[in-house]
Amino acid sequence: MIPLSGDLAKAKGIKSENVESVDVTKGTSTLKRGFAHMLKNGVVMDVTTVEQAQIAEEAGAVSVMVLDKLPSDVRKAGGVARTASIRIIQDIMDHVTIPVMAKCRIGHVYEAKVLAEANVDMVDESEVLTPADENHHIWKWDFTTPFVNGARSLAEALRRIEEGAAMIRTKGEPGTGNVAEAVLHIKKVNDELRTIKSIYDSDDKQGLVSMAREFKVSLDLVEETAKLGRMPVVNFAAGGIATPADAAYLMSLGCDGIFVGSGIFKAEDAMERARAVVLATTFWEDADAVKEAQKMINEKQSILGLDVNNLELRMQERGGSS
Amino acid sequence: MSELDIGILALQGDVAENLMSTMEAMNELGIDGSVSQVKTPDQISAVDGLIIPGGESTMMGQLSITNGAMNSLKEKIESGIPVLGICAGMILLSKNSKDRVLGATKQPLLDVLDVEIERNSFGRQKDSFEAEVSLDAMDIPSFQGVFIRAPAVLRTGSGVETLGKFNEKIIAVKQGNILATSFHPELTRDVSLHKQFVKMVKDSKS
Repeated sequence: MIPLSGDLAKAKGIKSENVESVDVTKGTSTLKRGFAHMLKNGVVMDVTTVEQAQIAEEAGAVSVMVLDKLPSDVRKAGGVARTASIRIIQDIMDHVTIPVMAKCRIGHVYEAKVLAEANVDMVDESEVLTPADENHHIWKWDFTTPFVNGARSLAEALRRIEEGAAMIRTKGEPGTGNVAEAVLHIKKVNDELRTIKSIYDSDDKQGLVSMAREFKVSLDLVEETAKLGRMPVVNFAAGGIATPADAAYLMSLGCDGIFVGSGIFKAEDAMERARAVVLATTFWEDADAVKEAQKMINEKQSILGLDVNNLELRMQERGGSS
Repeated sequence: MSELDIGILALQGDVAENLMSTMEAMNELGIDGSVSQVKTPDQISAVDGLIIPGGESTMMGQLSITNGAMNSLKEKIESGIPVLGICAGMILLSKNSKDRVLGATKQPLLDVLDVEIERNSFGRQKDSFEAEVSLDAMDIPSFQGVFIRAPAVLRTGSGVETLGKFNEKIIAVKQGNILATSFHPELTRDVSLHKQFVKMVKDSKS
């Protein structure tokens, strides 16, 4: 059984049909969130080509995320970053058996519709691309395809869940090869979860109402989350993960799995590193196994990495206030 | 020592959900048992029953070769302990699997369940669905089937019993101590299938 907190029972994305006198329902929260549950303890890798997708699959990735450019190249290129070419996405879907995700711009309902029609398995409404609507995210309940969203705090995460996100990931600071912001975000989420859990446990209804006001989400969702003591959907780490040890550290902080963006295919040892990050994610509790994974990579071949305090563009701030 | 020890293969996938459903099933049956996550050959060799959960079968197969779990899983299942394979678990147990779009793949399989599987048989995630299924042979007349990028069985060998079909496709099978479903009982509140599995494990011990 999985939590269905905040579920919108009459969402437009839920489709019912009758197949040979049996009722068949698609797009329910059980199906959307359940899909994310199948990815747990796994690694989702950013890819831009069929070759990279095949390397990711062979290395043991649970899914690939298709982009036009890897986040660090988005940073370098500047300009407007949009969703990837549909032909490349479909070509990748024809060449790997694992699920294929793709990113759309924050608030860009039609990029999301195009991706859903192209039959991607999950859409990432992502701050890595240039936001199309600074004030609103997509109302994801209208879609049969599930969505994942980034969040820097529990408040942001719950707002995205209230809009229909079936999965959350930390925002971190994409394309930097610097894990510091992802660590900051998951620790903030954990602190906030502890806070609302203790308010719930002390039966302080007024306290929960204050938190709902502060978070700008419904009291019901805050209350159900407080009762669970964890995020009501699967929560992955993302943004700046570059090494097996990075992945294991974030797993140890309570993340359900890992997204790796530029960390793998901007490194010079992509194949080995992809495999090593998967091993470290699966066996994170065993420090010796993580050491063995870390030994598979060469630090001289890691992505160079950026100081997150001197960035011209902080992607994590995109869509954060809405 | 508890009465029964059931292990959930915990390399990847929805391990915690199966853990909860199995504990709830033991509770309802009044059986004093333990449920644990197993990853290593040693942990696998210690259990009385095993669940291979939903997740990505390619990933689980590759990882279990890397850490030596593949051989111990195979030995343990061939020695006769009950095993429940769900979705990816069903694929891993099979002798033969091909993808609906890509055809034959090189993915490692346990090669113990005499069936041919079609992966992603009902389509991609947008076509994942819920529908009522019946497993009369398991005394479960009605069960809410949650099918997520689900596989189906195309062909069964002589020792394999078909337990359920959906839209002419086989979605649940049993071969001796091996039980496998295309859908995810652990994502629903109904633990009747997990209860049947716990009973299989109990019967195999007595």
